[in-house]
Amino acid sequence: MIARPLDVQLLNACAALLLLVSFAMLAQRRVVALVNLLAIQGGLLCMATLLLAWRSGQHHLYVSAALTFGLKVCFLPWLLYRLIRRLEVYWDTEPMLNVAGTMLTGLITVIFAFGLAQPIAALGTTAARNGLGVAVAVIFLAFITMITRRKAMSQVVGFLSMENGLFFGAMSATYGMPMIVELGVALDVLVAMLVLGVFFFQIREQFDSLDLGHLESLKENP
Amino acid sequence: MEFLILLGVPLAGSVLLTGFGARRWAPDANVAFSVVTFLAACALTVRVIGAGDISVAHEQFFIDPFNVFLVTLTAFVGLTTALFSRPYMRIEIAHRGLAPGRLRLYHGMYQLFIATMLIALTTNNLGLMWVAMEAATLSTVLLVTLYRTPASLEAGWKYFILCGVGIAQALFGTVLLYFAAEKLLGAEGVSALLWTHLVAVKTQLEPRVLSLAFVFLLVGYGTKAGLAPLHNWLPDAHAEGPTPISAVLSGLLLNVAIYAVVRCKVLVEGSLHSALPSNMLMGFGLLSVLLASLFLWRQRDIKRLFAYSSIEHMGIISFAFGMGGAVATFAALLHMTVHSLTKSAIFFTVGHASQKVGSQLMDDIRGLVSISPAIGWGLMIGSLAILGMPPFGVFASEFLILTTAMRQQPWATPILLLALGIAFAAILRRVQPMVFGETTARRLPHPPALLPVFVHLGIVLMLGLWIPPYLAGWYRAAANLIGGP
Repeated sequence: MIARPLDVQLLNACAALLLLVSFAMLAQRRVVALVNLLAIQGGLLCMATLLLAWRSGQHHLYVSAALTFGLKVCFLPWLLYRLIRRLEVYWDTEPMLNVAGTMLTGLITVIFAFGLAQPIAALGTTAARNGLGVAVAVIFLAFITMITRRKAMSQVVGFLSMENGLFFGAMSATYGMPMIVELGVALDVLVAMLVLGVFFFQIREQFDSLDLGHLESLKENP
Repeated sequence: MEFLILLGVPLAGSVLLTGFGARRWAPDANVAFSVVTFLAACALTVRVIGAGDISVAHEQFFIDPFNVFLVTLTAFVGLTTALFSRPYMRIEIAHRGLAPGRLRLYHGMYQLFIATMLIALTTNNLGLMWVAMEAATLSTVLLVTLYRTPASLEAGWKYFILCGVGIAQALFGTVLLYFAAEKLLGAEGVSALLWTHLVAVKTQLEPRVLSLAFVFLLVGYGTKAGLAPLHNWLPDAHAEGPTPISAVLSGLLLNVAIYAVVRCKVLVEGSLHSALPSNMLMGFGLLSVLLASLFLWRQRDIKRLFAYSSIEHMGIISFAFGMGGAVATFAALLHMTVHSLTKSAIFFTVGHASQKVGSQLMDDIRGLVSISPAIGWGLMIGSLAILGMPPFGVFASEFLILTTAMRQQPWATPILLLALGIAFAAILRRVQPMVFGETTARRLPHPPALLPVFVHLGIVLMLGLWIPPYLAGWYRAAANLIGGP
């Protein structure tokens, strides 16, 4: 086995942990715990960005690491905790969730994701190109998280986790996107969360709960 | 300069109206901002006719034959919708008792929505295009839920989540595109995401990466364009939001999403030398046409009916772009233009009709002609136009698409004809009693302001009989750019 430099090993460790956190999200029932996991995922992403910035000497990656830290480790979890407290959904848990089945689906998805990313990662030149498989897997797992959940809050956490996966993908493939795009994406995510905050209160006011089971009247029935 | 006004005025308008959108003069200011935007678009068009393609701000923004008419169209429909919204929203406010905060939201977000669409259309940077598309969704989510009814909240939530997830796929596609381009164009600077640079090197882009990128981009932007099977958000969002918003969502946003797909398709096709992108577009297009025409039968709500008709037309457009070639692409561009004009006109009349009757259910709407001839005939003519009756523009474009399909993709022609036939029967069966049915309602004392409707339908009629030469020139140049000669 070829010994790799420590920073690359650390980078791979970060990628592995990201994937692990995604699996933990898949199995987590409590909404508050999901937000914790999201904050951890943001932290890992920030660490990976810093490592990559240090290794590649790409200065703009420091900026995007700072952006990740500010937005995904501090602001968004804070906003979500605040919403959870204000909306009094602290003890919300997801009803019926077949953890074993979901995990199995998740596993198969991850294998598929790595298969999908393999030929593309082989073309890459960055130090973190192996991360591409992880990124695709995180995106797919977040997608499964979203479709198996009934609570609005957990769907949002899934959505943000998908965004994390995308970000990690961009970083490992190309050391991130051009700065103007990255700033734009960050702004969009920020605004999306603020819009959602407003939206939650509207749903709550109307239905007295954030359970999406209430939102099923618009169906195609004759 | 024109660019600065075109993009700056709606942005400034959105800031101002977010602050003062509840004042008495806010609807007039909304119209005024739209007028200035439209004038800027006209000035830009005149300059393009004179001087050809333009690019500004270090090539970050550009105008070429493909987006010039879409920019003008967007500014124009933005203006007529603002005109329609002025009296319409006044009545809605009185009926529903909307709080001042909602009006600020409504006017501010309306301008922001127009601005984001114009940015998405004019930007040369595919990353910026993504940002603008996402911003267009975000600015309209709270407009769909403006009335805060349970159904509108549900529609807004669906819209947010489905389009959010969809557009996230498009971001991944953009990342992959950048990944392939960066090797050729270098990561320094931002030229690796500029469409004009990418198109110059499109034959050298790595095909394996690009084919995967296209799948993600098509799913992503296709969701926003309402292509089946990811169309679920569209009828809900159109039916539950205020009618001016339905008009711009259907008339403009869907066009912008299709525009994004086609821009990406040009790059991928150049790299792949295979029919994969075309086949995918045709497949999704046909599926949308077929599904939408079947769902048309089951509708009871008038706005949902025409929302499904939008899905059908988006399907026809993507099928035509998928076929490629000069004629089909020409027809697709024409269809984008006439669909946008006709559909927004229909939504204007539908808005007035359901406001007068007080219900969106088609069973409740009867005898519009005797209540108000303008509304009744507006709806009837609009429906005939959208169903592809000659001599309207929709007939011309659908005729071109069908005849090309007979030559290039004979297998698809029966499916298309069948779907068009079903849609024809489904819509006419509903519209006929609404317009000519028996009613006990009194005739309206004074006719509603329906000038925008007849201006739109007039242009559609004109495009069916005669296309102005420079417009045809752009269509042809754009068809060259997209589909090859």
